[in-house]
Amino acid sequence: MHVPDGFINAPVSVAAGVVAAAGVAVSLRGARRELDERTAPLAGLVAAFVFAVQMLNFPVASGTSGHLLGGTLAAILVGPYTGVLCMSVVLLMQAVFFADGGLSALGVNITVMGIVTAVVGYGLFRVLAGVLPRTRRSLVGASFVGALVSVPVCAAVFTGVYAIGGTTDVPLSKVAGAMIGVHVLIGIGEALITAATVSSVLAVRPDLVHGARGFAQPLELRTGGAGSAPAARV
Amino acid sequence: MAKVRTRTLLIAGAVVALILAGVVSFYASQSPDGLEKVAADKGMDEKVEEHGLADSPLADYGVEGVDDERVSGGLAGVLGVGATLVVAGGGFWVLKRRGGSGSGGSEASASAAEGS
Repeated sequence: MHVPDGFINAPVSVAAGVVAAAGVAVSLRGARRELDERTAPLAGLVAAFVFAVQMLNFPVASGTSGHLLGGTLAAILVGPYTGVLCMSVVLLMQAVFFADGGLSALGVNITVMGIVTAVVGYGLFRVLAGVLPRTRRSLVGASFVGALVSVPVCAAVFTGVYAIGGTTDVPLSKVAGAMIGVHVLIGIGEALITAATVSSVLAVRPDLVHGARGFAQPLELRTGGAGSAPAARV
Repeated sequence: MAKVRTRTLLIAGAVVALILAGVVSFYASQSPDGLEKVAADKGMDEKVEEHGLADSPLADYGVEGVDDERVSGGLAGVLGVGATLVVAGGGFWVLKRRGGSGSGGSEASASAAEGS
């Protein structure tokens, strides 16, 4: 889904760059409240994990593949602000070192693949987690749906950006239908990977999952002296 | 279930990421992704430009000069995971020090006022 150079014209690329910079600035402020001794290293790992899984293109239809975007996953694991920063680092690394995603399109890519997916996916996750029973299964289900929806929404937003600043004249309706259609399929893969990862971390350390704060009930009220983290915050 | 220590979880996660990027990535689909396919089908990519850093030694997830595709791609993946870990981990560590309330340090108090 990485947008290369030459898809979006200069004015709209600059505008998207401003949106992305504003989003990163807001996230830098917000992330300070999300990060602590335990979650800061986890956030670095989440960025590296998203980078790794983005390399794993899976087939979705004849001659078409897709890969995890990861915005929803990152936001659920380490918080929405930190999640946006994780995505921004991944997209920056890919554009600068791996020639994946255009340099002039970095603003578009951070806005569409980072900010939109994190906001939409995490927002939907929170709404669902709030109305479903307070169980681990509900949290995993909410992460599945949030991730599933985030991908076609991301594709729709990209189509909107293309409608405003696309470099070629293509009928919007045809692009929108094709983009959203294929990204619904990719969204299923996104949902499976996101749910499996959230479920795995919830199984071993629910206290480290940002999106589970206030939902997951730990089995034990006290931890022994073994852990280095203070038990009071659980 | 015994509680898994944070450090154990972090190491396990890093190992999984390295294996995915370094080994499993070789088996990833080579087909164009959703955007590439739609762009090619609908003619959105007529004015696409070559990437400004297309000559980068790691361009397109391969290491320049390494002929074996499996080694080249795997090495690029491992380097990418390592670099992302360093950049993101370092960045978040600095952010945490600036924003954290508990940790000491002179910068922490300097920015504490604007935190509220």
